[in-house]
Amino acid sequence: MSALLEVEKLNVIFPGRGGETRAVRDVSFTLGRERLGIVGESGSGKSTTGRAILGLLPHSTRITADKLMLAGQDLRHLSEPEWRKLRGRRISMVMQDPKYSLNPVKSVGWQIEEPLRLHLRITSAEAKKRALTMLEAVQIRDPELVYQLYPHQLSGGMGQRVMIAMMLITEPDLLIADEPTSALDVTVQNEVLRILDRLVRERGMGLIFISHNLTIVSSFCDRVLVMYGGKVMEECLASELTKAKHPYTRALIASVPLLNQPRAKLATVTRDPAWLA
Amino acid sequence: MASMITVEDLRVTFTSAGRPFRAVDGVSFAVEKGETFGIVGESGSGKSTILKAIAGLIPFEAGKLELAGERVTEARSRPQRRLLQYVFQDPYGSLHPRQTVDDALREPLLVQGLPRADETIAAALSDVGLELKHRFRYPHQLSGGQRQRVAIARALILEPPILLLDEPTSALDVSVQAEILNLLAALRKARGTTSILVSHDLAVVAHLCEHVAVMRGGKLVEILSTPALREGRVQRPYTRQLVAASEGYAQQS
Amino acid sequence: MSAPAENLGLRHWLESDAPASRRQAVMGNLWRGLLAILTNPAALVGLIIIGFLIFVAMAAPLLAFGHSPYDQDLAHRLAPPDAVHWFGTDELGRDIYGRVIYGARVTLTIVVLVSVVVAPIGLAVGTFAGFLGGAVDVVLMRITDIFLAFPRLVLALAFAAALGPGIENAVIAISLTAWPPYARIARAETATIAKSDFISAVRLQGASTPRILLKHIVPLCLSSVIVRLTLDMAGIILTAAGLGFLGLGAQPPTAEWGAMVSAGREVILDQWWVATVPGIAIFIVSLGFNLLGDGLRDVFDPKASS
Repeated sequence: MSALLEVEKLNVIFPGRGGETRAVRDVSFTLGRERLGIVGESGSGKSTTGRAILGLLPHSTRITADKLMLAGQDLRHLSEPEWRKLRGRRISMVMQDPKYSLNPVKSVGWQIEEPLRLHLRITSAEAKKRALTMLEAVQIRDPELVYQLYPHQLSGGMGQRVMIAMMLITEPDLLIADEPTSALDVTVQNEVLRILDRLVRERGMGLIFISHNLTIVSSFCDRVLVMYGGKVMEECLASELTKAKHPYTRALIASVPLLNQPRAKLATVTRDPAWLA
Repeated sequence: MASMITVEDLRVTFTSAGRPFRAVDGVSFAVEKGETFGIVGESGSGKSTILKAIAGLIPFEAGKLELAGERVTEARSRPQRRLLQYVFQDPYGSLHPRQTVDDALREPLLVQGLPRADETIAAALSDVGLELKHRFRYPHQLSGGQRQRVAIARALILEPPILLLDEPTSALDVSVQAEILNLLAALRKARGTTSILVSHDLAVVAHLCEHVAVMRGGKLVEILSTPALREGRVQRPYTRQLVAASEGYAQQS
Repeated sequence: MSAPAENLGLRHWLESDAPASRRQAVMGNLWRGLLAILTNPAALVGLIIIGFLIFVAMAAPLLAFGHSPYDQDLAHRLAPPDAVHWFGTDELGRDIYGRVIYGARVTLTIVVLVSVVVAPIGLAVGTFAGFLGGAVDVVLMRITDIFLAFPRLVLALAFAAALGPGIENAVIAISLTAWPPYARIARAETATIAKSDFISAVRLQGASTPRILLKHIVPLCLSSVIVRLTLDMAGIILTAAGLGFLGLGAQPPTAEWGAMVSAGREVILDQWWVATVPGIAIFIVSLGFNLLGDGLRDVFDPKASS
């Protein structure tokens, strides 16, 4: 399985008044046509890593990497026009809250068609057809109706499905999902995950699933990367997460309350400064 | 023996876009002294609204609302305020941005006219695991977990017999959540407070509570004991759905 | 680094992240605010100008170097600037330099008195309206609207004319027209703040409405009010100058910059310094307040009110 995405020693440094912040430190991983989960708490650098891969960080950020390649294309030092050709076409991103990531003044149909208009030569009739097909693919029951709606008329789950439709309509190679279900109710989460599951599998895409929720990541993804303080603490198969070796991962797993395992006291994480050395 | 908290036919109506909307529709339950009662539900289920009504923060109608044997309405007298305190969900919004931790803890003592504020404050800080060096910090100089500890200290400083907790750990990282849950469990054990804990997270509720009420669309779906919940002895399909969803994603075969 | 040991110690005390007393925490906060102001160019320039104004006003007798603002020298009226009279003399032979220096006192007095009257009134009306809502809100805001409906200078003129000439009456007249925007600002801020959890927390503790407003809500409205005040100062000075120009406000022989401009109006073509010098003083001070206001707004706004 050839690597879709190769990341080697990725570093992201934010300039700041009181000095620089190294948000991502020497992060390395490869991704094939599989699902990789990146798990971490706030400040771990997981979202920043995702955005670095898409070139979505502010210009003042310093991004360095020994290797950052998408199917053979070097992502380092791309110009803005070159990034625009990639984004929405070969790499897409689904974000957390459709309330903030969908354009409130454009209809659903318009937004789903937008990536098509930007990247392909296509008639508006054909674009509409594909948009409706995509809405069906994300299991929206009445695509013609939803096509005309505006984001504020959608529920959280529907909004997220619209977002997925919009991001997958151009059949990208890689999808980065940054907390895609965190703003959703628990019963809706699984529906959305099921749709994502099917679409990713059908299209043979690579998926990076960024989340703070260990339970979801370990049940949805194939492999898991655990991040802390900008560094990768552990990389393992999702199925083997319970046998994790790094103390941070073990502590994190032990600190989550579980419905089927009552515990008198939850484990807490004693942060060892050696982890960040 | 009368319950500590008795809620009978609680109704809360909001007006949305000119039309009335029942956020809480005839909910009844009782909480015994020293018990921690959980209310679980998704967004819009009315779970937080119930808490706000019991606290007297919003208008409500009820067949009966009794706290510590006393019938209460929305209007509460100053002494009645000592019956019940509240921990809010958002640690970033529940502390006054221009007041130090000391100010925040002193205010309830001043309002209620309690003496020996300095000692009480020092004790409250150590009870929630904060150190002296945090005492005169401003909220923006504290982490989310620390702010929530201050919020808990503030709620407990008046030693209320009843504590209402509205998603106290939802905005916190998993490791910080564990610390706060442990703290809440320890405090409950030490003080015997009667609490109602609201959350969307079944596991969190099961961890701290003896009984759980499931809410959906303003109505009470069922009330079950935590052991029953853990063993899957649930009666209503919606509850079963919630339990299944909380176990993570099930790959379709 | 040859800074004296005590200075290093004081700075360390102010910037400590573990203050040991309320005083230390408050001082530390003020220090951080001061640093933020000093590093903002607009605020710094504005602060320097205003500082200079205050200094001139306070040290007027010293700075006048013996040039009295009242001594008339009719033999040397309308004299151009020279070695003796640095800014020349006015139509009664009075030294303009001395009059401008002493005029700073009048300007500063007016500005301080108006602020001290207008801010509390605006805050009181606005916070009550915003917090209590309902009928109280409607009544208070309609009263505010009535005052707002009139053009400021015209209304101030009307009040000043009705009350009679004099600085105190000018202050009252200006205050009566200047307070409404502060009530509006305070009300808007209060309405938002009142929904916060920390206000609910204090209500749950049994605090009374006046206590909540004064202790918890007003401090949060203060930054908007202060910024607005500094930006308004220029307008207040100009209104006072306008009143002085029209013969209301400060009366002769008091040196007031507006009155001076008015008097110099008649001879402006040949003896330009009589009107221009006080005019420049008005300009510089207004500019100073504007810059300070702009800078303060930059300082207060980006501060994360988390």
